[in-house]
Amino acid sequence: METAVFIVCAAIVLAGALGVVLVRNPVHAALSLVGTLFGMAVLFLNLEAHFLAAVQIIVYAGAIVVLFLFVIMLLGVDRLEDLSVEPITGQRALAAIVGLGTFGLAAAFLATSDIGVPGQEALTGPVAGQYSNLRQIADVLFTDYVYAFEATAALLTISVVGAVVMSRRMVRSHDAAEPETAKDD
Amino acid sequence: MVTASWYLILAAGLFTIGAVGLLVRRNPLIMFMCVELMLNAVNLTFITFGRELGDIGGQVSVFFVLVVAAAEVVVGLAIVVAINRRRPRATADDLSVLRG
Repeated sequence: METAVFIVCAAIVLAGALGVVLVRNPVHAALSLVGTLFGMAVLFLNLEAHFLAAVQIIVYAGAIVVLFLFVIMLLGVDRLEDLSVEPITGQRALAAIVGLGTFGLAAAFLATSDIGVPGQEALTGPVAGQYSNLRQIADVLFTDYVYAFEATAALLTISVVGAVVMSRRMVRSHDAAEPETAKDD
Repeated sequence: MVTASWYLILAAGLFTIGAVGLLVRRNPLIMFMCVELMLNAVNLTFITFGRELGDIGGQVSVFFVLVVAAAEVVVGLAIVVAINRRRPRATADDLSVLRG
């Protein structure tokens, strides 16, 4: 059963990822990204990461992709791009070499290593304990990683303030007198 | 039986697609989506290693990656909106004013 779920979800994930890179319309790319994220969430369930599968759906598919689509619609860039011309000569060949190198090295390492996964067992706590997945995460998150958790709160606040500062219209003092509609392009 | 290596190879493939897309595409929004693909590949690696090693820290790391990804998208899209207001329909190649 796990094998069948993995194969189906891996196909969805890779097809969605290829769709993001290859399609010409940004809206279609965002929808392909949703497919990839959903497949990834099911893979998280397959790996018994139940909380993160739910968070993946809510945060990525529910918030981030909607934000992408909102910006695409706001900017009006939902037009087809011309992908036939290469902006920089030889760039795609070099990118293909980089891609083959990245994937080839990782896959070769995994194929040649005898043990499946190198590393040391259970540094912080066991995954399959008597508690649920969510409680295990919470136990570690609010004890060992509590300062990092507080830092993420600060990070989110700073990023929201930064987004508001950057995206509002700059009204300089000398052209503040001109009507607001003139700058509304 | 699905071993951890399958998940890791899938993550490597996803990361590669994202990296190549980031290098090839010139629309800033598509480039952001490719960054999201790469972050998701790393998340899958974290969870796979966390399960194999019996360590809940892998999933906690994914939690932090999700938060950072959300913050990154918020700030990045704000920059895209700000640039598009000044120079409509600019691609990454048009924005070379910071080049030294």
